[in-house]
Amino acid sequence: MELLNAFTLLSNFVLVPAIAYGSQLALGALGITLVFGILRFSNFAHGDTMAFGTMVVILFTWMFQSMGISLGPLPTALLALPIGMVFCAAFVLLSDRVVYKFYRAKKAAPVVYLIASVGVMFVMNGVVRLIIGPDDQRFADGERFIIKARTFKQMTGLNEGLSIKVSQGLTVVTAIIVVAVLFWFLNRTRTGKSMRAYSDNEDLALLSGINPEKVVAVTWILAAFLATIAGTLYGLDKSYKPFTYFQLLLPIFAAAIVGGLGSPLGAITGGFVVAFSEIMITYPYKKFIAYLGPKDWAPEGLLQLLSTDYKFAVSFVILVVVLLIKPTGLFGGTQS
Amino acid sequence: MKKLLTTSALVMGLANGAMADGHGVSLGIFLGFTGPIESLVANMGPAAEAAIAEVNASGNFMGGTNITSVRADTTCVDAAAATAAAERLITSDKVSGIVGGDCSGVTTATLTNVAMPNGMVMISPSATSPALSTIEDNGLFFRTAPSDARQGGVMTSVIMDRGIKSVALTYTNNDYGKGLADAFQSEFEAAGGTVTIAAAHEDGKADYAAEVGALAAAGGDVLVVAGYLDQGGKGIIQGSLDTGAFDTFVLPDGMVGDSLPLAIGSDLNGSFGQVPGTDSMGAGKFAEMANGFDGTSPFAAESYDAAALIMLAMQAAGSSNPADYKDHVFDVANAPGEEILPGELGKALEILAGGGAVNYVGASNVELIGSGESAGNYREIEIAGEAVTTVKFR
Repeated sequence: MELLNAFTLLSNFVLVPAIAYGSQLALGALGITLVFGILRFSNFAHGDTMAFGTMVVILFTWMFQSMGISLGPLPTALLALPIGMVFCAAFVLLSDRVVYKFYRAKKAAPVVYLIASVGVMFVMNGVVRLIIGPDDQRFADGERFIIKARTFKQMTGLNEGLSIKVSQGLTVVTAIIVVAVLFWFLNRTRTGKSMRAYSDNEDLALLSGINPEKVVAVTWILAAFLATIAGTLYGLDKSYKPFTYFQLLLPIFAAAIVGGLGSPLGAITGGFVVAFSEIMITYPYKKFIAYLGPKDWAPEGLLQLLSTDYKFAVSFVILVVVLLIKPTGLFGGTQS
Repeated sequence: MKKLLTTSALVMGLANGAMADGHGVSLGIFLGFTGPIESLVANMGPAAEAAIAEVNASGNFMGGTNITSVRADTTCVDAAAATAAAERLITSDKVSGIVGGDCSGVTTATLTNVAMPNGMVMISPSATSPALSTIEDNGLFFRTAPSDARQGGVMTSVIMDRGIKSVALTYTNNDYGKGLADAFQSEFEAAGGTVTIAAAHEDGKADYAAEVGALAAAGGDVLVVAGYLDQGGKGIIQGSLDTGAFDTFVLPDGMVGDSLPLAIGSDLNGSFGQVPGTDSMGAGKFAEMANGFDGTSPFAAESYDAAALIMLAMQAAGSSNPADYKDHVFDVANAPGEEILPGELGKALEILAGGGAVNYVGASNVELIGSGESAGNYREIEIAGEAVTTVKFR
């Protein structure tokens, strides 16, 4: 019983939130890593691409809600998601046409792209705020919980509750599906293979007749799709606010670099490494230990390795260590 | 056509130049139009501008001088950006006084780095850090918001009166959050209460699972959230409710607003807190006359009062030079004199022009104490029926 309590406690406050957060980071990092692998620059506009895509999803969700269309227990946003993905892809392709294409023709250095992407980031920032405003927006509907903490306690008779939100379940399921489809696309389809060829050796790929503009366009579309999905899942799970999406950029980049820029598998691993390290290292294990040991063993202190103030330091320490020991990231992507 | 455009552009340029040369008076509205409290500033900025519009409409200001206002962005968090913006207000826009800053950190930075070297008066509507009470300011800094040292005491009695002795505390990691948290913790412990954990959280971050986990592990009857309602504060509350870590929350001023109960829903019912506010005539009158913004939004009243105080002090001094009018801010804000409510700025200017005295009460019951900060009236609130309701005034 005590063992079950301890495990439930840990699941409720560490495992479940970390898995959901990790999935969201992984989806975001996948977009970064794809752009880096194929276009060879760090896309700083990715956070705001997520904000833009999610904004379109929210606007259409509101439209569906006002028309009375819903998915029952699932959030209506899922219905609006494909529309948001299309809009976001169109917007990103437009930014490629207007900005990046110019630099591609000039064969500009990666750092020029990087700075250009900062410019694109600010423009997107502004566009999003002009259209939907800087405030928090709520668009989640349907059931909120798969299991509520209180219901779980009554069901099991345990002291500790376990809550799993619909959005958390949805995040994990969607992430698995998206990753599976993405890997199938990259490894099995002709376009996917030409993308990987282009990523491995640009000149050789061009010689063998791969159309670079097509590869670039498909990359942007994939990045926009991933950004919209990640942004919408994040918005459903937490909340939508343009400022927060801009801030998401840091952990997403940390995830992508830890895993190895350019490596999709690395991006996913990196997402979970960042999420788990942030939560596990700052969690106070006082109650957990108290359940496991005899009653009088309960420690005085909180048994917290690091105060939560330092949780961002944790992922960056990991980042630094990885860069020092294995500069190409855990899964050997391109050197960043 | 082209010639016409050029000429009119030139004329406009000249007109602007003339304004800056001192025929008009300009006030800086120096608030966080972007950043963590941008949703509050959406009401604070227009409130300050409403006071200016009211004075202009009366035509009584310094022999009919027109006042213009210039907005500048503090960003609430970025001291470098705020300092640059304040620098711009003074050197390029040539303002005669600044309504702002808003958040305690950027206000402190701009006060020391820009306002003091330039001898500029700043009246902040919302910087509440206790550190600003004792800061060296050459008599240039005032605030229409009370110090959080006072709020810490009020919050302690609000909690103690409900028979709660053990709380967990989380605060937003900046001058406001830390100042309020420290003030509250020392007051609460002195009153015999226990603070199980005092953990900081960062605003605008992606995930608060780690913070919620730590707070839950430390335990406590309620969770005191000294943060911002559309930032980390909301994330922490949502996370605590979702995981069943806490049911009841104590909400200080940065957390009180209609958007919070709207966002969280019925689970927030029963949470309580306090926010600067009065049941005075002025507050009601201000809420009624607010046009195009919400007069009951936090710090909107204080913003109106901050702008009004600057203009009244200028009128009393008969000069828009900060060095002259800074000594008159106390005179117009406090007794003796005719009490002035919102909407009566024209009357106040007339009294001052005639050599009389005014006691500006305004929308937030202004009474300056100490080094020039509001004495502080608080409204104890409780969330009931998914809305902020008033319990009583303290």
